[in-house]
Amino acid sequence: MNILPNEHKNKPFERAKKNVSSKQDVVYKELSFWKDARLRFYQNKGAVLGMIFIFIIVLFAVLGPLISSHTYKSIETDHINLPPRIPIIEKIGIFDGESDGMNVYKENNLENVYYWFGTDNLGRDIWTRVWVGTRVSLYIAILAVVIDMFIGIGYGLIAGYIGGKLDSGMQRFIEILSGIPNLVVVTLFVLVFNPGILSISLALVITGWIGMSRVVRSQVLKLKELDFILASKTLGAKTPTLLFVDLLPNIFGQVIIMSMFSIPNAIFYEAFLAFIGLGLQPPMASLGVLINDGYKSILVYPHIIATPVIVLGILMLCFNLVADGLRDALDPKMKEL
Amino acid sequence: MIKYILNRIVLSFLTLLIILSVLFMLLEFMPGSPFNDEKLKIEQKELLYKKYGLDKPIHERFVIYLKNVVVKGDFGVSYAIEKNVPVTKILKDRMPISIRLGIQALIFGTLIGIILAFISAIYKNTIWDSITTVIAIVGISIPSFVFAIGLSYYLGYKLPKLLHFSLFPLTYDIDNVFKSSILPTIALSMFVIATVARFMRTELVEVLGSEYILLAEAKGLNSKKVIFRHAFRNAVIPVITVLGPLTVGLMTGSLVIERIFTIPGIGDLLVTAISVNDFNIVIAISFFYSMFYIAVVLIVDILYGLIDPRIRIAKGEQ
Repeated sequence: MNILPNEHKNKPFERAKKNVSSKQDVVYKELSFWKDARLRFYQNKGAVLGMIFIFIIVLFAVLGPLISSHTYKSIETDHINLPPRIPIIEKIGIFDGESDGMNVYKENNLENVYYWFGTDNLGRDIWTRVWVGTRVSLYIAILAVVIDMFIGIGYGLIAGYIGGKLDSGMQRFIEILSGIPNLVVVTLFVLVFNPGILSISLALVITGWIGMSRVVRSQVLKLKELDFILASKTLGAKTPTLLFVDLLPNIFGQVIIMSMFSIPNAIFYEAFLAFIGLGLQPPMASLGVLINDGYKSILVYPHIIATPVIVLGILMLCFNLVADGLRDALDPKMKEL
Repeated sequence: MIKYILNRIVLSFLTLLIILSVLFMLLEFMPGSPFNDEKLKIEQKELLYKKYGLDKPIHERFVIYLKNVVVKGDFGVSYAIEKNVPVTKILKDRMPISIRLGIQALIFGTLIGIILAFISAIYKNTIWDSITTVIAIVGISIPSFVFAIGLSYYLGYKLPKLLHFSLFPLTYDIDNVFKSSILPTIALSMFVIATVARFMRTELVEVLGSEYILLAEAKGLNSKKVIFRHAFRNAVIPVITVLGPLTVGLMTGSLVIERIFTIPGIGDLLVTAISVNDFNIVIAISFFYSMFYIAVVLIVDILYGLIDPRIRIAKGEQ
């Protein structure tokens, strides 16, 4: 039985057979770091697929609510709990407005009415609500990146570059801050500012940048001792030049990876808080709110919960795939987080 | 090493003290009071405030509170959920249920995660590797409450309808604790499985490519012995470091999963307490969560220093 990986299948030592390729030196074409990274990223099928799906979801989130004749909170009391029905596709037998073998639309004399994702228990259009909710998730994603980019990098750069007592003080502060579980921070903000997008954003501002600042600091500590910084200093470079021209571009790979990984985390937190009723409040729509709404009537009308769950799942999966792909492309030595 | 450990312990206690003060202060300034009943007259409210000591100045209350918590372990009484019952007593009933669920999920998840990691590292770059990688990334991506909803809908509701008998109870059943904890445990452990599997796979692949494995092979050990005696031990140590993030995942997960499966644990209690402004319970649970998390991180750091000599040396040099 051979259960070792492929490269161990051969004997450890083996006589090199004479062949042409081992005699010739292979000359590789020179590639810049970013071009090389881009090529590696494109080879990763999962990451490219993730990228495409994120693009599609963003497109729908922007356009979806616009092409619908309903707003996310318009209530139609005659149209409650309708299953999904999409023109043209309904002829194939899916999304035809049937549930348990009955066409709910025909029974209610709504022959010409189409709700692409159906309606919820107040008669609101799920299509509009899902895409408005996706906008909230995307807003959270952007916010997470912005926080990482500004607070995380700023804090890490200052601590790493200046060093000394200031650095150790800043590190103690971070240690204490990271000792507080995220959940507790969010709980506090929800209590003080009431459930909503504001308290989630503030909780992100407090805790979202810690990982990034640690990475930036350790990289700066490592890089600032190197000769090219010394050379730059000798040539008379001022601190801003050193920070933003010499140091920052060298750690940009790690920065991108870290901020990509913070996106799915942030989206998860928003959805999770909304689901337990501590996030956005109805009639506002976010994917978590929609899942919570749908969950209340899941046994009777499973279609209400289906779409938000699928969109949230795909969104999270895609961001994770892209983050994984970026990590493999930009920093192959970095370990799985 | 001893200096390092002492340093860490002091810092942990400092963190806990700060958390407790912040919790107390923030809850002081939050809108809403435990007596939101509109029927209460102002005089009645004043009486109630006096009864619970809420009329004293804030610094006095904080000192009293700190004394109660640190010396007696007393978090006051519940204002809304179970009126006048000590918070500690409410938590005592619910804590074991949550801890049990968490530990079950942790053990189950770690075991499955390690098995998956083994499969994908040994059969690297085959279909088995791809399957386990997909399982891992799905487990990381899909939120635990979505898993919980899916499990309770398909296994708790649809499957019994199909088979005409129920395998797993849909909601928590006090008479049948183990059976009703199966589905929540699976839902909660998906995150653990995925994290452990991803992390351990990387470690295993690295270890299997190292020279001492080559040496072990060279001295003629069979591949089973190489893997279980040499590779496994070295690859499993770094998994300890993910215990911190896993604890966080289990805590947040428990909030929703206890709600979905109606388990009377502390996660569900926290959500209820926040919505009815029962702030003694909120403080107590937040404090316990923080304490637990800090303890796990501390133990992980110390353990890791003890197990891995390289880290010990690096710390000593500083």
